[in-house]
Amino acid sequence: MAAVVTKPAQAPAPAATPGRRRGSFPVWRWVILLIAAVYFLLPLYAALRFAGLKAFGTVFTSPGFVPALWLSLRLAAVTWVVSMALMIPTTVYVHLRMPAMRRLLESVTILPIVIPPVVLIIGVLQVMPLSLRASVWMLGLEYVILAMPFAYRALDAGLRAIDVKTLTEASNSLGGGLFTTLWRVLLPNLRTAVISATILIVALVLGEFTMASLALKETFPVWIVLFDQLNANISVSASIFALVVTWVFLMLITVAATRQSRRTGGGEVTLFTVAPRETIGNL
Amino acid sequence: MTANETTADATKSAKGVAWAGAAGGEHGGTSVSLRGLTRVFGATRALDEMSLEIAPGELVALLGPSGCGKTTALRIVAGFEFADSGEVLIDGRDVSGIPASRRDMGMVFQSYSLFPNMHALDNVAFGLRMRKVGGADRRKRAAELLDMVGLAPQAGQYPHQLSGGQQQRVALARALAIEPRVLLLDEPLSALDAKVRLQLREQIRTLQQRLGTTTLFVTHDQEEALSMADRVGVMRAGRLEQVADPAELYSRPATAFVAEFVGTMNRLPAELGGAGTVTVLGTTVPAHSGDPLGSGPVDALIRPENLTVKAAEGGNGIVTNRTFLGAVTRVAVRLSGDTEVSVDVSSAVALEMAPGTAVQVGLPVAPVLVTPRSS
Repeated sequence: MAAVVTKPAQAPAPAATPGRRRGSFPVWRWVILLIAAVYFLLPLYAALRFAGLKAFGTVFTSPGFVPALWLSLRLAAVTWVVSMALMIPTTVYVHLRMPAMRRLLESVTILPIVIPPVVLIIGVLQVMPLSLRASVWMLGLEYVILAMPFAYRALDAGLRAIDVKTLTEASNSLGGGLFTTLWRVLLPNLRTAVISATILIVALVLGEFTMASLALKETFPVWIVLFDQLNANISVSASIFALVVTWVFLMLITVAATRQSRRTGGGEVTLFTVAPRETIGNL
Repeated sequence: MTANETTADATKSAKGVAWAGAAGGEHGGTSVSLRGLTRVFGATRALDEMSLEIAPGELVALLGPSGCGKTTALRIVAGFEFADSGEVLIDGRDVSGIPASRRDMGMVFQSYSLFPNMHALDNVAFGLRMRKVGGADRRKRAAELLDMVGLAPQAGQYPHQLSGGQQQRVALARALAIEPRVLLLDEPLSALDAKVRLQLREQIRTLQQRLGTTTLFVTHDQEEALSMADRVGVMRAGRLEQVADPAELYSRPATAFVAEFVGTMNRLPAELGGAGTVTVLGTTVPAHSGDPLGSGPVDALIRPENLTVKAAEGGNGIVTNRTFLGAVTRVAVRLSGDTEVSVDVSSAVALEMAPGTAVQVGLPVAPVLVTPRSS
């Protein structure tokens, strides 16, 4: 059961599938869709059956629920701020000045996926000063590393969809300095990429269990597991609640971002790709 | 378009309007000097001691094949690249230490460079905003410029809603909005289709002359260069081969490279005699060359319109092809000795020269350019 309750981390996966293009939709696609739906929905249904609807009412008043959720939200905020502050200038710089380094950066940023979180956190816990270990920052910084592959890929996709070099030079020639160019020219055109990165970071932080539990932080997923031992029904309904809230949140952002992106000629917003802009509308 | 038409256009624009811009300029115009610019990328010398003077209000085109260094030169003037040696003077002042954002140069790029998140008016107003021009004033001036390029109705449209030609016109308005000291055009028309290109060519030239903005224009399209520029600099391997007004460039190319790059050129086997003469197709004419003249076998470079052809039994060639170009027809002739030449004749005359006709190709007595024989 515990395996099912820690599932919220997987939430973005189904949400990530972009909408289908119109056209034929043969039978075998329906079959695959059905199998996938059963695979994803059956555990949810089981959890719902197990918890019962009554348990939902008591989730919010359960001891530890609010502090745990609050901690997770703060962690998400810290992770987001640090990730963006690090990754936006880095990816822009690499695209502009060292395009040959993109491959290398891509390999480096994928390391956190290859290295198990247990390894990442144990090593850090050994060397981290006590003062930092007690604060929200340490786990936040760990999450920055964990989120790096997602943040990098989302931003990289966004940068590839625009002509960074020409836009930057155009801004420069008109008198725009470094900061102005980043703020007024590049960032507005990276909005969808930044939103994609945000979605991924938030989903990641709200669902991460291993690191938080080893660092002895009672984040939301950790609370769910601990509370499971006291009252399994409430714990399970909390995890369903988390899943639904995360999913609705992600869908809202995706839809809103796509609408915004379409207005300026960009493509659909999905989590890893930003469809290139149509540079010429109606030639 | 034929070489003939190109010459006609080029002659008109060069003779009629050269320097006119400087006289009509609002702010007197800015002079630009490129002195001994050298830029090395790895093993290639993109620029090799290149020097060029641009007078106030003048439009100079840099023409050359891709990789000849013309874009590098423009980007050094813009401040996006740096020369390994040499200097760029704007009104006599070295600008090497000044970043691109403070050089006051308007630039139009080859690829679409409008900011996708801003509509046309905001794009044009961007440079003014950077110069801290107030909101109302800024919008008014941006609207004037959009009107100048004929896009006032499109002010509220985003770049993706505009056609390629419209986007480049907005880009031009944006570059001109800051009243730049120098306008830099980096192949601004090459992404557009032929008809739009032609219109925009005229529009750019007219605006440039009206405002008197000193302009450096980079292109690989000779027709564009010849029809728009006061002077054209032909570049090859990082060096300027010749800088001259379009008519002179066409009629008196300094080197074989210029001759063959600009317009159509025939290469004919010839024999240098003494005293600066050369014998081509049995006719002896004065010779000139970029290199000192010796004697012996050379190639003569002659334009299609400078050769004559008439139907003649037992002549020196056979017609292989005819291409109708309007007033003139280009006749391809295989000469004895397997040399192919193109000759332009009036279309009426060309009627009697069907493929297979025996013809006599000749040339009038006029100086011809000679070059070492190519094997």
